[in-house]
Amino acid sequence: MGYSSKSPWVIHYDGSSCNGCDIEVLATLCPGFDGERFGVINTGNPKHADIFLVTGSVNEQNIGVVKEIYDQMLEPKVVVACGICACSGGIFHDCYNVIGGVDKAIPVDVYAPGCAVRPEALIDAIVEGVAVLDQKAQAIKSGEKPRED
Amino acid sequence: MGKASVIPFGPQHPVLPEPLHLDLVVEDETVVDCIPQIGFVHRGLEKLVETRDYNQFIYVAERICGICAMGHSLGYAETVESLMGVEVPKRAEYLRVIWHELSRVHSHLLWLGLAADAFGFESMFMHCWRLRERILDIFEKTTGGRVILSVVCVGGVVRDIDAQTLKEIVAVLDDIRGDYEKIVKTLLTDTSVKNRTVGVGSISREEAAALSMVGPFGRASGLPYDVRSFGRGAYGDLADFQPVTDDQGDCFARVKVRCLEVLQSFDIVKELAARIPEGDIAVKVKGNPADGAQASNVLEQPRGECYYYARGNGSKYLDRMRMRTPTSQNLAGMTVALKGCDLADVNMIILTIDPCISCTER
Repeated sequence: MGYSSKSPWVIHYDGSSCNGCDIEVLATLCPGFDGERFGVINTGNPKHADIFLVTGSVNEQNIGVVKEIYDQMLEPKVVVACGICACSGGIFHDCYNVIGGVDKAIPVDVYAPGCAVRPEALIDAIVEGVAVLDQKAQAIKSGEKPRED
Repeated sequence: MGKASVIPFGPQHPVLPEPLHLDLVVEDETVVDCIPQIGFVHRGLEKLVETRDYNQFIYVAERICGICAMGHSLGYAETVESLMGVEVPKRAEYLRVIWHELSRVHSHLLWLGLAADAFGFESMFMHCWRLRERILDIFEKTTGGRVILSVVCVGGVVRDIDAQTLKEIVAVLDDIRGDYEKIVKTLLTDTSVKNRTVGVGSISREEAAALSMVGPFGRASGLPYDVRSFGRGAYGDLADFQPVTDDQGDCFARVKVRCLEVLQSFDIVKELAARIPEGDIAVKVKGNPADGAQASNVLEQPRGECYYYARGNGSKYLDRMRMRTPTSQNLAGMTVALKGCDLADVNMIILTIDPCISCTER
């Protein structure tokens, strides 16, 4: 277990989600599910974050914001698409202002489906994300260049 | 006065989980103007009525906003029912209102937590969300979903709540009432809360009326406007309903109004659970909305009055579906309240308006 995976800090951004997944992301970190007992802390600063939780699909207006937050995060970093809208566009996939899932903007490591995504699924996704984080940290340690996206 | 400069607020900001972008024009530490920029959450839902029939669209309607999900599905269903002249069974009306009031409790608790977080009271945030989990447990037990309930259909509701479960719901509400009253007492008497909220972002009654403020925002400025007091549906059977109002119009008044509204919702659920009639929970809806038929409807959502309009064209698809959500009304008041405030108070003022961006942009 690497140092960052012991206490992965997360940053949350609401793409064009309906709020259902956003409040579930917050509920995951609050009493009831209490993600904080695993050291998962919500931060507002991309430079402090290890895991990027994106809810909702991307559109022309917010695709730049999603990319910007991703670029500001330091390596190693993991992206979790929370909810079916972030995975593929979901119920809104054929709306005129929806480009599609978050993977249209940035590389996604873990997909957590659900409408709205359940906190249990999110905790699972974060745990899975931590394993990816460790792999990436290991790769950087052994001298591999971080992937160019 | 110093030189004017612009500070961007959002779209990614820790105080608000939603993307709202404001350009705050500041002189020294004072906000002199605020220019909201929206469009981060626009999906184009109203156009989906052309490709989803009126029964399917209810699932889109409740995904307009995950916090007001129950309200939107209820508002849409009522609009289509009046478009097609469908009479909903009494028991279904009661069940709808019970779920709707419970979702008001969950929405206000969520908001109280975020507001407490905005003025740095993080333990209060956790306590509010702890109580909110109890309400979500009720939702999960009665509908299967936590935030998106999918329980309303055109013509009624799809699930019944049996008498035993209704008793349990009332018992849960009685159980959390004591805890909740402690939270309210702290929020309304603590000096550190008052320091951040009293006199901040005041909106006078006249301004609120001129800007058509709705919901707790308008009621905190002394406008006693609440769609529930029209007495439609199961609300008409309540023994007494008085909107909660306050005349101060500042952030503290808005916190107070929402705090007291939760207690009011507890009472409504309790009263309706005690007198819910037996009977069917849905009627079968046949046919399509007539060509050119129009219907409109208002509903009191947690954030205020929401207006729905629908027009049929003879097919199973609606011709037009339009809604005006409470936050799009209240954004005008927010920009007025922000003018002249301290930069440090900006997040407090934005939070007390309780903006719901995904409702506004759809």
